[in-house]
Amino acid sequence: MEQEPEITNDDVAIEDIEIDLLLEAIFQRYGYDFRSYTKASIRRRIMHRLGLSGMDNVTRMTECVLRDREFFVSLLNDLTVNVTDMFRDPEFYLAFRREVVPLLKTFPFLKIWHAGCATGEEIYSMAILLEEEGLYDRSIIYATDIDKNVLASAKKGIYPISSMRQFSENYRAAGGTGSLSDYYTAKYDGAILDQRLKRNIVFADHDLVTDQVFGEMNVILCRNVLIYFDRELQQRVFRLFFDSLDMGGVLCLGTKETLRYSGLEEAFEAIDERLRIFRKRQFSPRESR
Amino acid sequence: MKIEPGPATFDAIVIGGSWGALEVTLHILEALPASLPVPVFLVLHQRPALDSRLVEILARRSPLTPVSPEDKTGVAPGYLYVAPPGYHMLVNRDLSIALGVYKHVHYSRPSIDETFYSVGHIYGSGATGVILTGANEDGAAGIGYIARRGGTTVAQDPAGAEAPMMPEAALATGRVDYVLPTPELGRFLRDRIVGMRTS
Repeated sequence: MEQEPEITNDDVAIEDIEIDLLLEAIFQRYGYDFRSYTKASIRRRIMHRLGLSGMDNVTRMTECVLRDREFFVSLLNDLTVNVTDMFRDPEFYLAFRREVVPLLKTFPFLKIWHAGCATGEEIYSMAILLEEEGLYDRSIIYATDIDKNVLASAKKGIYPISSMRQFSENYRAAGGTGSLSDYYTAKYDGAILDQRLKRNIVFADHDLVTDQVFGEMNVILCRNVLIYFDRELQQRVFRLFFDSLDMGGVLCLGTKETLRYSGLEEAFEAIDERLRIFRKRQFSPRESR
Repeated sequence: MKIEPGPATFDAIVIGGSWGALEVTLHILEALPASLPVPVFLVLHQRPALDSRLVEILARRSPLTPVSPEDKTGVAPGYLYVAPPGYHMLVNRDLSIALGVYKHVHYSRPSIDETFYSVGHIYGSGATGVILTGANEDGAAGIGYIARRGGTTVAQDPAGAEAPMMPEAALATGRVDYVLPTPELGRFLRDRIVGMRTS
């Protein structure tokens, strides 16, 4: 076996520059801004695509991205990380049911923003939960993602039948009151979700990096999106969430995400610290900035 | 031996394993001093669950402090960073942890390869990668990368491994520097790191 050559610190430094240039090219050519994403993860995603492409280096990839939209779309799908499940982290949904739903029942009307909804599994999970709690008819869920291609598949609400066993397990662990199969019809290899679940969902493309406030939400869910952002961008997005939440509004993060670096830690109180469910304080010290 | 002595050589240890690797990991950790001057990253394949008891088990027997890192947790010597179930664990240039929920690698998340690539990228010749028992080829590509970056590579001797496939796949890269039986792994790491630091 021929031994592959050493990779020096110079090689790595050059590669890091190439990655920055690729992200700059993507921004200028297509308007997607990954420049403030966490470098360690974006690097792995790019190197993964480089490996599959058979190209020699990231600069070749940049040339290809600039001229070949189809290649860009495949890379975009890597970079946006559209991996999710129905009732992902069932414990979170159980806590939401027990600790947040009673609060939501006191509101006449609910506006819920799911930021970074990817292929939509978690949107429909929330719709089912609200339906079972008798809240869905007075709710609107705004489902947003940066990637229009995944939004299109979120809108369809069709998932591989092979995933349904896991999703059903999650649903039960999440405190589901019926059976997940009540909410879908199996056809060929697909599970088609009940069209009625879509009645109060509004899909929209929205980029947390460049777009603006989404007004007066009662709940914002943004789970496992911020882990891909650097600290500065995270702070901006936390500010955006703070400004988009109504007083007493609820913010749900991924189980490894923290408000610690948000600069807004005191503006929120924990509803469930472990499962990262927070509430915007009624009279926040940050309110008058 | 391609490691040069000196304070900057050993900067991080990264350990990966799967089937049967928890026991071997505990043996290794018990041999390491609490004052270990480098951080240790640990990736063991586990069933996805929100609460991992792994950190609890490790805390009982490890002189190093085990941590289930959050997004951007800082990396410091003497700590053991345990990849949380369901997340890939990487290191940023500013020595903070990056977590990702992107696709499984070798059917695994956390994946050993992902962490090894990242540690190899950041620590270069200061990285020491250790592959333990496991019934899967995860980690072989990663250990090859650490070798190419000039780091030190170690594998548990497949002869004594509960599941030899993982160390065998690592050895098949032709880039493993040391093949050691379980009882010697911890001692080897301790002697080399503490020895390097004091020389």
